[in-house]
Amino acid sequence: MTSGVGAAAQVGLEGKTAPIGDRVFSVVTRVFAVLVLGSVFGMLLVLLEGAWPALRAFGPRFLTRKAWNPVTSEFGALAPLYGTVVTSVIALVVGVPVSFGIALVITELAPSWLKRPIGVAIELLAAIPSIIYGMWGLFVFAPAFGRVQPWLTAHLGRLPLVGALFQGPPMGIGMLTAGLILAIMVIPFMAAVMRDVFETVPAALRESAYAMGATTWEVVWQVVLPYTRVGVVGGVMLGLGRALGETMAVTFVIGNAHDVNVSLFMPGNTISSTLANEFTEAVDPLYTSALLALALVLFVLTLVVLVAARLMLRRLSAREGART
Amino acid sequence: MTLYAQRRAVNAIGLGFSVLATAFGLFWLCWLFWTLVHSGARWVGPRLFHESTPPPGASGGLANAIVGSAILTAVGVLLGAPAGVLAGTYLSELGRTSRLGAAVRFVNDILLSAPSIIVGVFVYALVVRHTGHFSGWAGAAALALIVLPVVVRTTENMMRLVPDTLREAAAALGAPVWRVTLAVVYRSALPGILTGVLLALARVSGETAPLLFTALNNQFWSTDMSRPFPNLPAVIFQFAMSPYEDWQHLAWAGALLITVAILLINVAVRMLLGRKRS
Amino acid sequence: MKTKTTSLATCVALAGVAAVAFAAESTISGAGATFPYPLYSKWADAYANEAQIKLNYQAIGSGGGIKQITEGTVDFGASDAPLKPEELDKAGLTQFPVVMGGVAPVVNLASVKSGELKLTPALLADIFLGKVKKWSDPKLAAANAGLKLPDTAITIVHRSDGSGTTWIFTNYLGKVSPEWAKSVGNDKSVSWPVGVGGKGNQGVASYVQRIPGSIGYVETAYATQNHMTEAKLENRSGAFVAADDDSVQAAAKGADWKSAKSFYVVLTDEPGAGAWPITGATFVLMHRKQKRADVAREVLKFFDWGYRSGGKAAKELGYVPMPQAVIELVEKSWQNEIKDESGGGLWPAERHAAR
Repeated sequence: MTSGVGAAAQVGLEGKTAPIGDRVFSVVTRVFAVLVLGSVFGMLLVLLEGAWPALRAFGPRFLTRKAWNPVTSEFGALAPLYGTVVTSVIALVVGVPVSFGIALVITELAPSWLKRPIGVAIELLAAIPSIIYGMWGLFVFAPAFGRVQPWLTAHLGRLPLVGALFQGPPMGIGMLTAGLILAIMVIPFMAAVMRDVFETVPAALRESAYAMGATTWEVVWQVVLPYTRVGVVGGVMLGLGRALGETMAVTFVIGNAHDVNVSLFMPGNTISSTLANEFTEAVDPLYTSALLALALVLFVLTLVVLVAARLMLRRLSAREGART
Repeated sequence: MTLYAQRRAVNAIGLGFSVLATAFGLFWLCWLFWTLVHSGARWVGPRLFHESTPPPGASGGLANAIVGSAILTAVGVLLGAPAGVLAGTYLSELGRTSRLGAAVRFVNDILLSAPSIIVGVFVYALVVRHTGHFSGWAGAAALALIVLPVVVRTTENMMRLVPDTLREAAAALGAPVWRVTLAVVYRSALPGILTGVLLALARVSGETAPLLFTALNNQFWSTDMSRPFPNLPAVIFQFAMSPYEDWQHLAWAGALLITVAILLINVAVRMLLGRKRS
Repeated sequence: MKTKTTSLATCVALAGVAAVAFAAESTISGAGATFPYPLYSKWADAYANEAQIKLNYQAIGSGGGIKQITEGTVDFGASDAPLKPEELDKAGLTQFPVVMGGVAPVVNLASVKSGELKLTPALLADIFLGKVKKWSDPKLAAANAGLKLPDTAITIVHRSDGSGTTWIFTNYLGKVSPEWAKSVGNDKSVSWPVGVGGKGNQGVASYVQRIPGSIGYVETAYATQNHMTEAKLENRSGAFVAADDDSVQAAAKGADWKSAKSFYVVLTDEPGAGAWPITGATFVLMHRKQKRADVAREVLKFFDWGYRSGGKAAKELGYVPMPQAVIELVEKSWQNEIKDESGGGLWPAERHAAR
């Protein structure tokens, strides 16, 4: 790993013999680097301080209680947490295979003149802000989906185990709608990462598999994917992290009901939509504290997922060697 | 079925699925854009840029929200980008192997992927509670916190791409580290750094959640940053969820404007980067 | 070279835009109930032309209004759920009513027109409790002989935010249904047994418009402005009434403002042949001790203007203006209760205008 001029010079950069310009440079840049550190620690501290009253009042059972009653000041994170997890799982269940397919097409199937346009088109999906997804979801997708829902209830609703997931009135909005829109939002991120890691597979490896007579699918499934396994999982976790924290798109279509339902057609809530809806109105200090506790849970959740993702992606780049 | 035929079938199914998946992804993109243009384009007119947001049941424009968003974004970028460039400079020039550098890189990744609503909650607790009211400054601070990690990352990556031989050559001529950085590294990495700033700009243009508890909104024309400040995403949120048709039309028009602005920025980024590559 | 010019241009542009940010304006800010929002924004528009003072009102729900004024982040708060005198004392606030209005049940049923559906209080409570689940339920048919109701599920739409409209609605349901009073209660935000949550009156109206077979509750101005299908409700005297100017006025007639401490008056389930059962007033909250006397004065001037000149706009939107006697009581309370930091009075403005 190249170390630049700085590392060796750093020892002498702030010493009394260093030129004044260097001393200023070193201090100034270091201050701003520490500022980055400070922001995140500040965030954690502020959340902890604010959430403390609620955590103390409810204890670890806060995570498993369903009640959310501002009247009697009883709060539990189960409903928003459930909604966050379920919508993110739906997003992954739908999004991962689709992203995989897109990455496969871009790297193996598309003719070279088509590779860039498809890539650009998928990146455009990523550039669209989430409030637009929310609006489109509420105005266009939900009514259309509301017409599909009775069909789903009639056909899939009868299956033994899975059927319970598809019961309920065809409102158009609900957990499944939110999950589907999340899927569309995270697909570009996961597809981009998968495409990048697929492209790191050495040509020699792929070509030799082709030379032995493997089909395209076999090359991808049995050579490319195992080689890039860690990177792919890292990309999926990146998508998961994004899905967990997504606010605006979900708030429009999830129905804002503090409820835990098996059926995916029913409305629910996620941590971020609860915050968006209720934060400016919580008068009671315990209410505000419960909301901050929710924010803390979300922060920790995304933190864990992100750390895992980064670790995996770093392992992959260490293996590559060629990249810095 | 022979093994060969089986493998051929699996291949066909797998590839067919992949093509369908790509079509699936592109389908949503097309539907979204078509809706946006179809619902929004006809409400975009000179009136949109002249008049401020109307009360319910009346017609008007989005002038105050557009200008308000422009100001908030500009101030957010002006606050976050220089800080980000300097922090990224530290990581690239002085902190490549230091422990502080590793810590900052790690934490920067966290900040980069933190849900933007948490950033909003943080700035609410820090700024709004202490100043006693919602303000454009709080909103800009929240946006700056979102800009910061993007710029740090791209700055570091772009500066790292500059070969060390250039640095060493300048150092051999007797230039101190700060001079080397300014005259040599920045000059080479500038398109890349600018790209990072533009990407951050594109990202915060559409951010709604962090502004919900910081800048709130203002239905009038206002350039007073110390009070609730008009901004386009909050207006869109409010208008889209309302039952008033006039408001919904304005929401679509605003949504189209934001998307077009972000796309233009992305195109600019591509042009800048493209030239660098070639 | 080109990138240098680009970056220079970008910086100048950004700085130029940011420089505009340093201009100040004269605005008063308020936040709270969505109930009076159509009225306040209409008043604000007209007032801005007359008095050059802009009112920036953010309709974030009564709960939000109470929170923001308690924390002092706005100049006045608005709530349809009146605060009890003890709560007002504790927070150092004073409240006064501005207009009265009704809350109407609205439905989305293709085969039903506005005013055709009839609901008894028990039915309304049972629907919102989740006990009556389908429009084809025999109890509904019994009250609506001759009306064709489809066999679809009833989707409840309630408020997802802290709402004075919810307070008024649940107050009424608590009075007419002992089961509601016991299991759900009366507050700005309750634990709804079933349903989807919309943000603000406009969110509920929006969802009801979109979801077939839904029922929600909104302030009457929203129902009228958006041509929604309203249901008739049976009042205390046994008559099925629709929520309109006359029925809301009839309910407001019996209000005794004089003896109410801090104007704490609840208007649900009022007696009277033509009275609308779900009526309420909307209140404004201000601090008793004002840190910025000039701003407080502007707020009072705005509402004084609203009382004097805003009645026509209020009636057009379906609200009921306060009777003159009550206005006089309110302005007297301004004189007595709202003071600046040194204890000096703020109202009437001409007498106390700062120089």
